[in-house]
Amino acid sequence: MLKRIFQAPPRYWLVLVVVVFFVGLPTVVTSFQSAEWAEVMIFAVVIMGLNILVGYSGQISLGHGAFMALGAYTTAILIHRYQLNYLATIPIAGLVTGLVGFLLGISAMRLSALYLALATFALAVVTTSLIKRPERLTGGVQGILLLPPDPPQLAKDMFAAVTGTPMTSDQWIYYVSFACALVLFWLAWNLIRHRPGRALRAIRDGEVAAAASGINIAGYKTLAFGISAFYAGVAGSLYGLVIGYVSPDTFPASLSFQLLAGAVIGGLASISGPLLGGIFTFWLPMVSSQFVAGQDWIPAQISSVFKNAGPAVSYGALLILIMIFAPNGVSGLILSTYTRLRRRLRGAGEPGSGQMPPDHQTVESPAT
Amino acid sequence: MQELLQQVLSGIASGGIYASLALALVLIYNAMGLVNFAQGEMAMFATFLAFTLIDHGLNYWVALPLTLLLAFAAGVLIQRVVIRPVERAPILTLVIVTLGLATLFNGLAGFLFGYVPRSFPSPFSVLTVNLAGAFVSYRDLGVMGVSAVVLVLIYLLLQRTTVGLALRAAAHHPDASRLLGVRVSWMLALGWGLASAAGAVSGIMVAPILLLDPNMMQTVIIYAFAAAVLGGIESPLGAVVGGVIVGVTVNLAGAYVPGVGGDLQLAVAFAIIVAVLVLKPNGLFGHAAVRRV
Repeated sequence: MLKRIFQAPPRYWLVLVVVVFFVGLPTVVTSFQSAEWAEVMIFAVVIMGLNILVGYSGQISLGHGAFMALGAYTTAILIHRYQLNYLATIPIAGLVTGLVGFLLGISAMRLSALYLALATFALAVVTTSLIKRPERLTGGVQGILLLPPDPPQLAKDMFAAVTGTPMTSDQWIYYVSFACALVLFWLAWNLIRHRPGRALRAIRDGEVAAAASGINIAGYKTLAFGISAFYAGVAGSLYGLVIGYVSPDTFPASLSFQLLAGAVIGGLASISGPLLGGIFTFWLPMVSSQFVAGQDWIPAQISSVFKNAGPAVSYGALLILIMIFAPNGVSGLILSTYTRLRRRLRGAGEPGSGQMPPDHQTVESPAT
Repeated sequence: MQELLQQVLSGIASGGIYASLALALVLIYNAMGLVNFAQGEMAMFATFLAFTLIDHGLNYWVALPLTLLLAFAAGVLIQRVVIRPVERAPILTLVIVTLGLATLFNGLAGFLFGYVPRSFPSPFSVLTVNLAGAFVSYRDLGVMGVSAVVLVLIYLLLQRTTVGLALRAAAHHPDASRLLGVRVSWMLALGWGLASAAGAVSGIMVAPILLLDPNMMQTVIIYAFAAAVLGGIESPLGAVVGGVIVGVTVNLAGAYVPGVGGDLQLAVAFAIIVAVLVLKPNGLFGHAAVRRV
């Protein structure tokens, strides 16, 4: 047992470090910052769902903001109208959204990647006006207010024992989001390593070949859509709880694009990518607007304009640059740098020589 | 009856606007098999350029062609700088690059011109003229006229000139065209330039109606998508017909279908997109795609 632990590959240790870091985070940052990191967790969850759809099954969705909206409104309506416990609404929101995603996936299956992108783009834009319509159910433009949930006594006491201050509702929501993220990431990891993951990748890389190998293409593609929507629904539900408020403008079309952008920036078809993507999706707009606003030498007039435009400009530019120079995203970049560095350190030849083992029959090149 | 006619006519006018933007989408789709999600934002930005020119005292009819030239140059430039490095990348990469462009232009317009809606001048008055019993504004007639001129010009360019022939050849058989001496890569750039100019026309036409702000084209692009998809996304003629059908349908649905009203017209366009894609993915004028396995 001990031997197994010591021989675990470095990435397991990395996971452990990351988990410990996020468990301990609320004890060192403020309650407000905990809420911000809760949003990071939530974005990481949606992007993981998006990653399963886009990165592993090769279908494009520009409309995940709509799924998030569905999840958030499911939770809000259940709490507001039916006084359900907020924790119980999270899986319900996930399942409802997952079911809707599954049904949409059936029609999505007929579309090529480009048409699917187009249709989901339209969905993202239409969502806002669709939400406003059933006013009695969704509260129309005003939206629905959600009360911040109170942490249970046990959590309060444990938190107080560590930090000396009782747990706030923001910190509690952070832990709920973190727990959801942890479980959903673990599930995704398992899904991807095993049969469904292999099937999805086979479909992505060659649909005809996959079909010829006996993979149920229609089934797996709709399944991927359903799972992806489930993730988005859970995330949307948590998002509503963190913000304490859902309204049509909480889910603008740009949210959907930001999510896809986050998925790509983080790195598609990887497990660490969505976490990095979540961090980018949340912090990049914040940082880029606060950075400019914080510079004293920029006149106030310009910096106030930039405060609005900054995120969009930096987002767009970064997105294009990443697609041109590092199409595998940040996690891909890190991985390839690590591999190259390790090869260099081990002295495994020049990059040009590739990964071919030394061959006796090739003429040895003179020592360099 | 008279009201119906009026709704149809004003639908045709909006249809002309959608058709220009849809045509821009079709041009780029034909050139490289890509839906340009940034088309609307590029058009919006061009409209801001036109606004700036007119604001500096230029005559409308001088500013219009000048803007189209600038938009053309910008389109070529974008293709050269941003699209070319990822030309051969998977479709997902291309889609995301165009989304990045859209975000970039939206933010840039907000940065340079602010988010306050501005009224955009129109050379046509909003006075109405009696046309076979229906009242049509000169502005609607002007929009129809300008759109028609642009569409005919692009049609002539594509079908009746050597450059147009080279453009179409490069799109359909890049390798064969290259062997025959067509500079395929520059043809793609030309396609982007033309699309950018066609989109700019739609932006300039729609700005007096919707008021100019960075998010102006966000709804128009959906109608243009609906038009392009309905017409068959590879057919220029389809884009025009689709544009008019979408314009009229949306207008009539808003006026006569109870419960749609002004705010759900966008949902009608969405419904058209989904219905066409699911039921008849090749649209009215498209050909069934043949894939080599």
